[in-house]
Amino acid sequence: MSSKNDILKAIKDNNLVKQTELPNWNDFGITFENKFEHFSTMLESVGGKALITNDLDNTIKELYPDEKVIVSNVENCSLGNFDENACDDPHELKDIDLCIVKGEFAVAENGAIWMKNADNRHRSLYFISQNIVIVISKSEILNNMHEAYEKISFEDKGFGTFISGPSKTADIEQSLVIGAHGPKSGYVIFTD
Amino acid sequence: MSNHPKEAAKFVANDERMHWHDKALWFVREKRDLASKSLPEWEELRSMASQIKTHTMSKLDYYLEEFEKNATAKGITVHWAKDATEHNEIVYKLLNAKKVTKLVKSKSMLTEECHLNPYLETRGIEVIDTDLGERIVQLRNEPPSHIVLPAIHLKKSDVSDTFHEHLGTEKGNDDPTYLTRAARASLREDFLTAQAGLTGVNFAIAETGGVVVCTNEGNADMGASVPKLHIASMGLEKVVPRLKDLSVFTRLLARSATGQPITSYTSHFHAPIEGGEMHIIIVDNKRTPFLASKDYQQALNCIRCGACMNTCPVYRRSGGHSYGYVIPGPIGSTLGTFKDAAENKTLSFACTLCGSCTNVCPAKIDLDSQLYNHRQNLNELNLLGAKKTVSMRAAAWLMTHPTLFSLVGKIARTIVPMLPKAMIYNRFNVWGKTRDLPPMPKKSFKELYKEGVADEL
Repeated sequence: MSSKNDILKAIKDNNLVKQTELPNWNDFGITFENKFEHFSTMLESVGGKALITNDLDNTIKELYPDEKVIVSNVENCSLGNFDENACDDPHELKDIDLCIVKGEFAVAENGAIWMKNADNRHRSLYFISQNIVIVISKSEILNNMHEAYEKISFEDKGFGTFISGPSKTADIEQSLVIGAHGPKSGYVIFTD
Repeated sequence: MSNHPKEAAKFVANDERMHWHDKALWFVREKRDLASKSLPEWEELRSMASQIKTHTMSKLDYYLEEFEKNATAKGITVHWAKDATEHNEIVYKLLNAKKVTKLVKSKSMLTEECHLNPYLETRGIEVIDTDLGERIVQLRNEPPSHIVLPAIHLKKSDVSDTFHEHLGTEKGNDDPTYLTRAARASLREDFLTAQAGLTGVNFAIAETGGVVVCTNEGNADMGASVPKLHIASMGLEKVVPRLKDLSVFTRLLARSATGQPITSYTSHFHAPIEGGEMHIIIVDNKRTPFLASKDYQQALNCIRCGACMNTCPVYRRSGGHSYGYVIPGPIGSTLGTFKDAAENKTLSFACTLCGSCTNVCPAKIDLDSQLYNHRQNLNELNLLGAKKTVSMRAAAWLMTHPTLFSLVGKIARTIVPMLPKAMIYNRFNVWGKTRDLPPMPKKSFKELYKEGVADEL
């Protein structure tokens, strides 16, 4: 406890930073006439791709004809053949080729989707799978991050992440390589 | 001790590589400009970020206690460390209690600052840096040269050689995709066999008691969601009051850093994984004195985007390693000089005072003013060295004697053009080492000014 007290005392004793009000905002930030179009452009700029369809099975089968171990927690999709929720240990997820998961809402300004693993037991599913398809209702596109954070809360324990495209890196001579440690490809499918 | 002029001289000796480095960083700066200009409210966002940070710092003790209370309620254990040693001891204790032999680590400049890797390695724990750039420099036994782009100083041929030696890739194959895939395969094995993951923290939310980590590669998420033990290390300045404050920072961070609209992953950790443990270590390590400093307090508002480095004409041409401090560039120069002026006395001079860093800083930190102030402080602390001190005193004396100053100027304008080069470019003329003197004008500014005033009358 003593380090905590020492640190807090060091802050209180000498703090010269002047009192400043926290800013507040309402209806702030860029908006878009066609949110899907902007979302789609942004997602492609970060290596992902957005589609609109209600025929999940056929669309995904066409995109990923060779993927073997598939997890799906999306209704209207029958491609799942591996029950991630039955695994006690996230290490058991290591051979998943494709996960098909539900997104909460999309953000047009940056191509991100808010994911809050409500239906998957392991948060690692989003990262350990070799490929990811996020399914989301087309009515759930917001303009910007201010709108997004209005819809998020963490009253309970948990995990949530904004995912924008597949994992990537440009650490070798600034060359963009899609597929670093997380999924090597990523699609977002909007359903009507 | 850091010695920027000496180390920078080594870097610029390779002219081709220096220009290549300069261009690589400028390319990132240009991407930042495009991204920032895509938002009409960009300047408002910067002001909001500055306000939020300043507000938080003014009540930092309150927000840190709020954070601890709310994190504890979420089942996270919070630790406090006064300095680097205490931080490292806490990490080791946590790892040792779980018999951890391998730790996967994602980007954390704080653990670089604390020299955590060697501390753990001498105690028998293998530490794997998992960010690709950090892995590259770790295998080469080098520190990162940039806080966001750790291997920006290296060419793909360098990476190819390093991976050939350590990961067994084909000799001479320098295709970035091939090299990245090789690192992916090797690191995936590490993620699956490590018993603990350590991450840095981009933001800690007082209101909700969770931390946010932003990465493109997904390495922090793998490390924090596969092994049972997750440790997050944070400098005490990382706390923000409200969850909604993140809407401001997540819009600024990636756009300022690399010109991306957002990082691939912006993960909010508010609990350990099922059956696991999560620990957060709040570290001071000479941060609290900034709050007591009128001139340097804003340095704590930094969100570590690296924009000040990408734009800095000195950084771009001297490389991150020339600074000899854990964080290079303008922000590192002011942090380092404030923390230890004697050790880092050359860093505030690694600056042309152009102010570009201040103009791009998403938190509007007064970086150029801070670097300028450091120079005065170094003089007061008698750290400038005899050559600089004596010549500055002589110049000050001359400039406070106007008649003499005019006379000396007149003599110099007449005599200097007649002198042989060897006499002008001697060892006392440090400025002239790499520069030619401009041609001497016929008249001084004062004379021209007087004539101009006379013309107007």
